[in-house]
Amino acid sequence: MMKFRFRRQGTDPQREKIKQELFAFSKTVEHGFPHQPSALAFDPKLQLMAIGTKSGSIKVYGAPGVEFTGLHKDLSAVTQIHFLPGQGRLLSLLDDNTIHLWELVVGASREVGGVKREGVVSLQEVGNYSLPGRPGIESCSATRVTVLLLLRSCDLLCIGTEGGGVYFLDLPRLSLKDTQTLLQDQITQSLPDDHRCGKSLGPVESLQEHPQRAGKILIGYSRGLVVLWDLSTRHAEQLFLGKQQLESLVWERSGSLFVSSHNDGSYSVWPVVSGNTYSHQPASSTIPYGPFPCKAINKILWRTTCTGSPVLLYSGGMQRASYGDRHCLTIQRDKDHVTLDFTSRVIDFFTVHSIEPEKEFDDPSALVVLLEEELVVIDLQTPGWPSLPTPYLAPLHSSAITCSCHISSVPPKLWERVVNAGRAQQGRQRTHRSWPICGGKNRAPPPRQQELLLTGHEDGTVRFWDASGVALTPLYKLSTANIFHTDCDPSDDPQDPSSDPDMQQEEEEWPPFRKVGCFDPYSDDPRLGIQKISLCKYSNRLVVAGTAGQVIVLGLSDDRSAHLVDVSVVDLLQDREGFTWKGHDRLEPRLKPAPFPPGFQPLVLVQCLPPASVTAVALHAEWNLIAFGTSHGFGLFDYHRRNTVLARCTLHPNDSLAMEGPLSRVKSLKKSLRQSFRRIRKSRVSGKKRTIATPTRKIQEANAALAEQEEVAPVQRRIEPRSADDSLSGVVRCLCFADTFLRDGTHHGPTLWAGTNSGSVYAYALEVPGIGLGRACERGGASESSVCVEAVLGKEIQLMHRAPVVSICMLDGRGKPLPDPYEASQDLAIAPDMTNAHSVLIASEEQLKVFSLPKVSAKTKFKLTAHEGCRVRKVALVVFSSTAQEDYSEHTLVCLTNLGDMHLFNIPGLRPQVRYNCIRKEDISGIASCVFTKTGQGFYLISPSEYERFSLSAKVLTEPLCSVQLDRPLEPTPASDGTTTQPQANGTRKNQLGQAEGQTEESLSSLSSPVLDTPLDSPLSCADLTIDSTGEITVEDVRDFLTTVDEAENNLKNISEEEGRPTGILIN
Amino acid sequence: MVLSAVPRPNSQSGSKMSRQQQQQQRTPLKVTDTVVEVKSKFEAEYRRFAVKKNGPGGFQEFYGLLQTIHQIPGVDVLLGYADVHGDLLPINNDDNFHKAVSSANPLLRIIITKKEDEPVVFGTNSLQRRKKGLGLTGLRTPGAGSTHSKNRTGLMIGMPQNFRQVSSIIDVDILPETHRRVRLHKHGTHKPLGFYIRDGVSVRVTPQGVEKVPGVFISRLVRGGLAESTGLLGVNDEILEVNGIDVAGKSLDQVTDMMVANSHNLIVTVKPANQRNNVMHRGSKTSMGNSGSVGSAGSTGSILSHDSPSPASQSNPITASNSIAEGDSDDEDDDGDIILENDSLMPHDSHQVTDSNNVNLNRDSPTNGPHSSTVVRPLPQSVSLPSSVGASLSDSSMTSNYNRNTAHTASNRQESMREDGTIITL
Repeated sequence: MMKFRFRRQGTDPQREKIKQELFAFSKTVEHGFPHQPSALAFDPKLQLMAIGTKSGSIKVYGAPGVEFTGLHKDLSAVTQIHFLPGQGRLLSLLDDNTIHLWELVVGASREVGGVKREGVVSLQEVGNYSLPGRPGIESCSATRVTVLLLLRSCDLLCIGTEGGGVYFLDLPRLSLKDTQTLLQDQITQSLPDDHRCGKSLGPVESLQEHPQRAGKILIGYSRGLVVLWDLSTRHAEQLFLGKQQLESLVWERSGSLFVSSHNDGSYSVWPVVSGNTYSHQPASSTIPYGPFPCKAINKILWRTTCTGSPVLLYSGGMQRASYGDRHCLTIQRDKDHVTLDFTSRVIDFFTVHSIEPEKEFDDPSALVVLLEEELVVIDLQTPGWPSLPTPYLAPLHSSAITCSCHISSVPPKLWERVVNAGRAQQGRQRTHRSWPICGGKNRAPPPRQQELLLTGHEDGTVRFWDASGVALTPLYKLSTANIFHTDCDPSDDPQDPSSDPDMQQEEEEWPPFRKVGCFDPYSDDPRLGIQKISLCKYSNRLVVAGTAGQVIVLGLSDDRSAHLVDVSVVDLLQDREGFTWKGHDRLEPRLKPAPFPPGFQPLVLVQCLPPASVTAVALHAEWNLIAFGTSHGFGLFDYHRRNTVLARCTLHPNDSLAMEGPLSRVKSLKKSLRQSFRRIRKSRVSGKKRTIATPTRKIQEANAALAEQEEVAPVQRRIEPRSADDSLSGVVRCLCFADTFLRDGTHHGPTLWAGTNSGSVYAYALEVPGIGLGRACERGGASESSVCVEAVLGKEIQLMHRAPVVSICMLDGRGKPLPDPYEASQDLAIAPDMTNAHSVLIASEEQLKVFSLPKVSAKTKFKLTAHEGCRVRKVALVVFSSTAQEDYSEHTLVCLTNLGDMHLFNIPGLRPQVRYNCIRKEDISGIASCVFTKTGQGFYLISPSEYERFSLSAKVLTEPLCSVQLDRPLEPTPASDGTTTQPQANGTRKNQLGQAEGQTEESLSSLSSPVLDTPLDSPLSCADLTIDSTGEITVEDVRDFLTTVDEAENNLKNISEEEGRPTGILIN
Repeated sequence: MVLSAVPRPNSQSGSKMSRQQQQQQRTPLKVTDTVVEVKSKFEAEYRRFAVKKNGPGGFQEFYGLLQTIHQIPGVDVLLGYADVHGDLLPINNDDNFHKAVSSANPLLRIIITKKEDEPVVFGTNSLQRRKKGLGLTGLRTPGAGSTHSKNRTGLMIGMPQNFRQVSSIIDVDILPETHRRVRLHKHGTHKPLGFYIRDGVSVRVTPQGVEKVPGVFISRLVRGGLAESTGLLGVNDEILEVNGIDVAGKSLDQVTDMMVANSHNLIVTVKPANQRNNVMHRGSKTSMGNSGSVGSAGSTGSILSHDSPSPASQSNPITASNSIAEGDSDDEDDDGDIILENDSLMPHDSHQVTDSNNVNLNRDSPTNGPHSSTVVRPLPQSVSLPSSVGASLSDSSMTSNYNRNTAHTASNRQESMREDGTIITL
């Protein structure tokens, strides 16, 4: 009935307009390293690099901040990418044998943050082509594309196939030149008789254009034959009768010789002397890592330098027995020989070198190696070939990410000190070369504020990232491992081995391995893993808590220091009997003073017992307090006075699971999953590049079969209310400090709140010396004598539905969230309203509820699960600024559910505002990793190595805005019939095509009814969205609304009775 | 009002009635027709007197009379009588008092017990032994006797005020005949809801023809669970709505979460797999009812609580949609969060507390209707039914749990109050 009332009332257009000015959803940029890269290309003219992935996305990178992303319509792996140099076009070859042409085009001008932005360049697909199968012949194998060659003139594409034929495509129209097709028969005819053995030449393995004479291409066949083919005269100019299975070919710059690499680990140099039709033997043939059997050299590059001797770069070729499992790339020049030893597979590599035809030498300046898990750039001009730090594409997952934390508007002072600490870390050896890939121009305005993203890792490190802009740049790395005594040598500073190559290089070793890259997924001790991070940006206090119950308080220092860390042990079981901890041991702190480099240095280590993983931390630097919770209880520690204020056990007597460590059952399942994935990946790796198809397809088939099986045997779900003795009910889920009214309505003071997995909330009133003086006086100055912090249990709330408490936060008298510590006292934020009654917002997995304080009575609530069948996973209070009015903003509760939806609610009314689909509901790790900024942006992991950045705010968004100087006009080719829908990369195509790409009309309609298929009688349907849509919420409005809830409900009831509706039966 | 789902008690009581009539005809009358001889027992004392058979007055009158006769004014007592089968049945309203009087043959034996004493157990077979001594066995048919002694131990019959509604079929008048809307009440009972749901394929008839759509079905009932004991839900029943919200397009996990979130007061609309037990509300007026409740006893012959459907609900069909809207705005009993407050902090102003208490009681009473008394009760009291005894045990263990949590606080000033339909213990 209420609903009908509201429907009659209709949506309030004014409120709708305000909502449009506040909220807009878009996925803006992907940070980190693309998951499962499969192809690499470089445009030397535009200085752009492209990376293709197995999920069918293409990412183009230039100077830091310049990024373009495209996603193929099919989710096939990108196997090759080729730039049309200088044109801003590129060709991609997919695993499904299709060739796609992409273009950088100027997108439609659109409104971003209230400012019209024009000329934003984006990557769009403009055409595609797939080779027709030859009639009568098994199409897919014969015309399966093995290699592509784009001529320098950029008007012809040569396609080598599995069947040995070479086809020619006209560019950019992508039309086949039938007459030019070169089949194997033509080549075999010109072979000398003694080389004709009746067998085919094998697939085309390599196509290379003559560096000097246009129109001549080198065709290498798998069985070893190499042909120099003249395109204009259509005849084989020279034949090189190699007998070794061919892997790759490369021309020398002058065209006087070429180099071939072979699958026995050898490479051969072939002189090209005109007039000599047949070459039977190469000039030289070398097996660098022989004489024992070696693996194939997959790719070889030969670059000339002005100093004389060429640089030879090749991947693979390692001795099969001893180093067959290494992922290596060799750089060789004269006597200099380095074998780069990577931690993951080499996908592809290229050199950045001069391309001007008038220059005599290549003079490579940098080597760029794309590995499966990271990008490594080697400076080839500095002696010793050091690696360059990458400004983007950082491997976030160099050790698995275990948690993350975002700090908005970092004070410049802290920023500077963190940056300096990071610089000091990178240490002595630091090349001064600039980043070699510097195409395009970043036109994004400089960030208004500095933002830090902190990631906690499995190996006990916390990494600080510059998240202010499009490029996520590493700033500083903090390691907590050296506080503890671990199995590995604790003095071994776990810095990038790449940064000190001299140490790694041992003279006597052959091959001369050098460890490069920082991807190291194997943690020495999983107990070191970081679970929770909290940073006070004003006092530079950092709290880091880990898997073995360690809570570390750190302070920022600019000087190196060696000191002993104070250790305090807190027993959270509180002598509860009958419990024995069966999980892992605590980490042993070091007994000797450890050296700590400049940066964050540990002050106190608080060790929880039992050493279960820390599940929640809170820091209040103004009061010098930290609170921490595990699955057994929570504690409060005064790090200034170094004493434990409180320890409270939250265990339920029947809880047995709590006694097993996190490394037991659950972990083992995860581990086995990980192992099986590794096995799958291994099977893919072992094959050749183009045979990727088979295992993938097999997996897909298996998945399909699995899906069918699931249909046959349906899953069952038990319907039972949550009971008190559900397992892990004592897990502390959230902790919160607040200066609010807990005792009575007139005196506020420090409080601590803790919420558990079973819907219990504990509220403690704290006595902090020097804080809350009013309270002390009122007590007759009794607390003046006590110098210790005291905690008194004030209230316990048991939520009836017993769902885990996800978040607790206080709202001031105006219904606004309380500011962070120091913000109010140092005039950094608007002071909270302490004159009117506060309230507490408790978000459980099932409900959002606002209670009045100090008398905890329910004021407003929203039962999300009962209505939507989804559960709350993450909650954040966010300020949304309006695009229209400069000074207008609203505090909004953002709520991420287990279905990956973002629900936005106003506070304290808890009326649903908008809802967006954000993360796929199957992407559990994505949902679990989501972190919000204070201004309406957020990050979540789309793969172990990538954060997707999204924005819910219409005003605040960080997205790539860049331009590229091209040889051609930046309009889309007319041939493309407006197929400009551009799905997002990395398989997130499910998401709002319209909304994401800023088509104004689309986003308009999507705002007014965010999800069209919402059932009409759902409380989230559009009609209900504007229940209190009375325009701006002023202070008075909020207060009115709060105080008259009951009245309003009574009114409703009266209405219902007047209408003769029965109130006897309620369906809730 | 009906209870199509549990036909058994109906037929049983029917047969009982006919037997009584036969017995009455056979019994020679020793006294005049107009008077019934009464023998009442309180503790060790007996009193004999007579009441008029035709106009015995009301229950209150009789209750007062007994108090005077036994000289126990002001003592709260429970009345029971021995019926012809030797069952000890309660007298606590006009109806069962009249029934008792009319079934006296010829003696009406009243047994009075103090309320504070051990709760008296009413039930069939409860007077088996005593009956023999009183020579009542001769009155029983041999067949009935054998069933009593062999097949059944006595059925427990609880006091009506101790009954709690556990389930009902609602909205019969507005739903299609093929659908059933079942309300399961779980006011902290020990009994599990006791059912499982699964994914499945549902067949819908559309203008385009038969269409297969994914659906959610009940896959299993737990023995002894609430769902099974009500008999209102069955395996393979398709779930259409949960508390008024259509489950179409929702995943199994979503539906699970919705049900769990509503588990304190779960209303499921199902399309029963077995369509033969449907309520035929077009056919017979008498079987049409808005609220029928079924006792929760061991499912073999529960006692029926004869609630008459409220006139309001009969005249005004409740639609699912408005129910949701109300559900949203209203704070119902299922949602009471428990707040424990420490004494060492300042106590609250008690005036405010009672004020809001009253307001909320007023607000709640119309919604809860005839069941408000049971619904409002913070902790269900001990009931004579075996299952409910367990329930109350679990409740008390719950409270003790909370108390234990705050055991270190000096003294818990416990005061029961209600606010927004919640129970708040101070």
